[in-house]
Amino acid sequence: MDPAPSHFPYAPGSLLAVEHLEIADVAGILRSASKLEAMEHSRRGALLAGRTIALLFYESSTRTRTSFELAAKSLGATTTLVSDKSSSIEKGESLKDTGLTLRALGAEAIVLRHPSSGAPFLLALTTGLPVLNAGDGMHQHPSQALLDLRTMLARLPGLGIDADIHAGTLSGITVVITGDIRHSRVARSNAMLLPRLGARVILCGPPELLPEEALGMGSVEMERDFDRALGQANVAMMLRIQKERLAGTTLDLAQYIERYQLNSERYAARARPGTLVLHPGPIIRGLEISGEVADAAFSAIEQQVTQGLAIRRALLARALRASV
Amino acid sequence: MSELLIRNGHLIDPASGIDEPRDLLLRDGRIAGVEKPGGFAELRAAESLDASGCIVAPGLVDVHVHLREPGQGHKETIASGTAAAAAGGFTTVVAMPNTRPVNDSVEVLKWMLSPERNPAIHVLAMAAASIGSEGEQLTDFAALAAAGAVGFTDDGKPILDADLMRAALVRAAELGLPVSQHAEDPRLSHGAIMNHGAVAFRLGLRGYPAIAESSIVERDIALVREIAASHPTLKPHLHVQHVSTGAALEAIRRAKAEGLHVTCEAAPHHFALTDEAVGDYDTNAKMNPPLRSEDDRRALIDALLDKTADCIATDHAPHASWEKEVEFDRAPNGITGLETALGLALRILHREHGMPLRRVVELMSTQPARLIGLENRGTLRVGAEADVAVFHPSEEWSFDVRQSRSKSKNTPFDGAAMVGRVRATVCGGLVVYRA
Repeated sequence: MDPAPSHFPYAPGSLLAVEHLEIADVAGILRSASKLEAMEHSRRGALLAGRTIALLFYESSTRTRTSFELAAKSLGATTTLVSDKSSSIEKGESLKDTGLTLRALGAEAIVLRHPSSGAPFLLALTTGLPVLNAGDGMHQHPSQALLDLRTMLARLPGLGIDADIHAGTLSGITVVITGDIRHSRVARSNAMLLPRLGARVILCGPPELLPEEALGMGSVEMERDFDRALGQANVAMMLRIQKERLAGTTLDLAQYIERYQLNSERYAARARPGTLVLHPGPIIRGLEISGEVADAAFSAIEQQVTQGLAIRRALLARALRASV
Repeated sequence: MSELLIRNGHLIDPASGIDEPRDLLLRDGRIAGVEKPGGFAELRAAESLDASGCIVAPGLVDVHVHLREPGQGHKETIASGTAAAAAGGFTTVVAMPNTRPVNDSVEVLKWMLSPERNPAIHVLAMAAASIGSEGEQLTDFAALAAAGAVGFTDDGKPILDADLMRAALVRAAELGLPVSQHAEDPRLSHGAIMNHGAVAFRLGLRGYPAIAESSIVERDIALVREIAASHPTLKPHLHVQHVSTGAALEAIRRAKAEGLHVTCEAAPHHFALTDEAVGDYDTNAKMNPPLRSEDDRRALIDALLDKTADCIATDHAPHASWEKEVEFDRAPNGITGLETALGLALRILHREHGMPLRRVVELMSTQPARLIGLENRGTLRVGAEADVAVFHPSEEWSFDVRQSRSKSKNTPFDGAAMVGRVRATVCGGLVVYRA
C-alpha cells in the first residue's frame, strides 16, 4: 500500500507530496512535533541556530507563510522571505535560477508556495536542496494534511496527539471533504494521506467542482448529497468556494449555499453528535460555512492553525536533519 | 560513376512486393539493380556494404518534423536535425512551417530547401496554410507548391475556421496536395496541459479531453465529404497529424471505409507511452496532443495494425534544456523523436504486437512517401532514388540521449529499451550514417 518510491531523486527531508511519506515517516513527524512542543524553550531555540531557511512565496499566504516562518524562528533558524512581488522573479528570473541564488546565499532548505502544480519537484531537482511544498497549484499541500491529521488526533475521542500511528489508526473514522475539490490542493493531500491510516474519505460536491476522475486518487468515495455525506461524518472538512469558480457551473451562489453550506441548522439536523468541523482557511463566512459553525465548540479551525506551527517545526527539523 | 553494392541482406520493399534475401546495387544516386544473393558476383563495385543479418529497406520517410530553422537555431538546425534523422534510418523528412518567420512564403521555403542549409538527407517542407499561421487568410498555395511545398498546414495550431479549412482543402486538392491538420479545438482544450483523466486530476493539471481532437477530425471529414460531393473532379486530401485518441481514429476508420481521401499519422510516443509517463511532472512527457490513456494507446496500435493509420511520423520537436527545465504548465510542447522511432516501432509494434516487418517498413517508408506524392522514394525498385535504410531487426539496445545528434535532448526515452538498430543509412547513393 505504501507507494513510496525506492528511487527518490530529491534531497532527503524534502516533502513534495504525501505519497512520498511512508507511514513510519508520518509517525516520526508527529512524534517530533510533540517533542518539539514539549521541549524547553532555550533548547528548542538552539536546534537550528546558524541554519538558513528560505521561504519562497509566489502566491500570497497568511497562515502557511507565517507559520513556517514562526516555526523556523522558534527553532533558531535564520529565515529569508522572497516573494514574487519584491524580487527578481518580477524581472522574469526562472524558478531554477531563483533557487540557485538562494542556495548560493546559504539557504539549506526552501519552503515553496507556487501557482504551478509540480513546481516544488522542479526546485528540488534543480537545487538539490530539501524542499517543503507549501502549496503548489491545484496539486498538494502536504503540511496541511499533516496538521489536519494532528488536529483530528487531538480532538477525536480515543486518539490523542501521541496515538500510535499505523495503517489502522483512523479506522472507523469517516472524513467528508466538501466543496471545490477540483481546485483544492488541500483536498488532494488529505484524500491521499488519510486512507493510508485507515480513514474512510468521502468527497462531496457538485460535478463541476468534483469530477468523476477524482476517484482515480484511490481509496476515496464520492457522495453528491451533502446531507447524506454529513450524516456519516466524524470529521467534516469544508473547503473555500471562490465565487468565480461557480461561473462555469450550473449552480449559482444561492443554490450552492442551499445545498452545500455547513450551517447550524444543517449540523443540528444531519451531523452526528460531536462531528468535528475543519477548514484549511481562508474561510468565507456565510458561503461554504456559516459564522456560527466556524466559531462553534465543535469547530477546530483555530486549532488547525496552531497545529500548523507544530507540524512545520517538525518538517523543518526533518529537512535540516536536526535530531529532535 | 559511383557504385555501392549492399550484399547479403534481407530486402523488404512493400512497393514492389519483395520480402526476401536480395543484393542491391546503387549507381549514380539511383537503384540500379536488385538480384538474388550473389547475383552481382561478377560486378566489381567500387564500394560494398555487408548487410548480413540485416533488413535492407527503402530509406525511412518522416512527414512531420520540426527542424527549427529559420529562427530557432538554438533548438535545432536543419543540419543537426537531419543528422539525427540519418542516424534514425531516415532519408527524407518534411519540415513543418512553424519557424520564425513562419514558412508562409516562397522566400522562406526556398531558404529552408536550399543546399546551403547543409542537410544530411533530403529535406522537404510543408508550407503554412494561412499567412503567419494565424488562421485568417490562405497563403499562395500555387506559388508555394511550385517552389516545392509538399502540403499545407498550420501545425502547432489547428485551422479552426471551417470556411478557411474548406477553402484550403479545395485549393490543395487542385494542386494534388494534402492539407495536414493539427486537430485540436482550443475552445475545448483551453488551458489544458496533459490528457484529461485520473492522472491529470491527481497531479492537479488541467486535462485536455479527447473530444478536442475528435471534434475537429469529424468536422474536417465532413468538409472533405461535402467538397468531394460538390466538386466531382476534385479529390480533397485531409491528412490528420499525430492522432492520439480512439475517438478520432474511429472517425478516420469510417471516413476511409466511405472512400474519402483521409490519411493520418501516428507518433511513436503515442503508441509507446500513456499519461502515466508524466510521472513527477516530467516536461519531457509534455507534448501536444498529450500522452493519452492506455485505451487510446491500444486503439492507436490497433489502427496501425488494421491500416486505419497510414504512417508513423515522429513530430520531432527539439527544445533547449533550459526551455524544458521550467514549471510543467510553462514548458513548451514537444519531444525529439528521429533517433528512437524505428527502435520503438520494432519493439512495440513488431515484437510486442506481432506486426510483420513488412508492415513496419510500409508505415515508415512506403506510405509516407506515397502520402506526399514521392514516386521515386519509399521504394527500392530499379530507377528509384538510392535511399536505403539498413537495420538489424532484433538487436536490443537502449537509447542514450548523450549520443544524440540532435542539438536538443528533450526525450522521455533516455535509457529506454529499443529493438532493432540502424547499421547504415544511404541517401542519394551516399552513406550518410554508419553505426
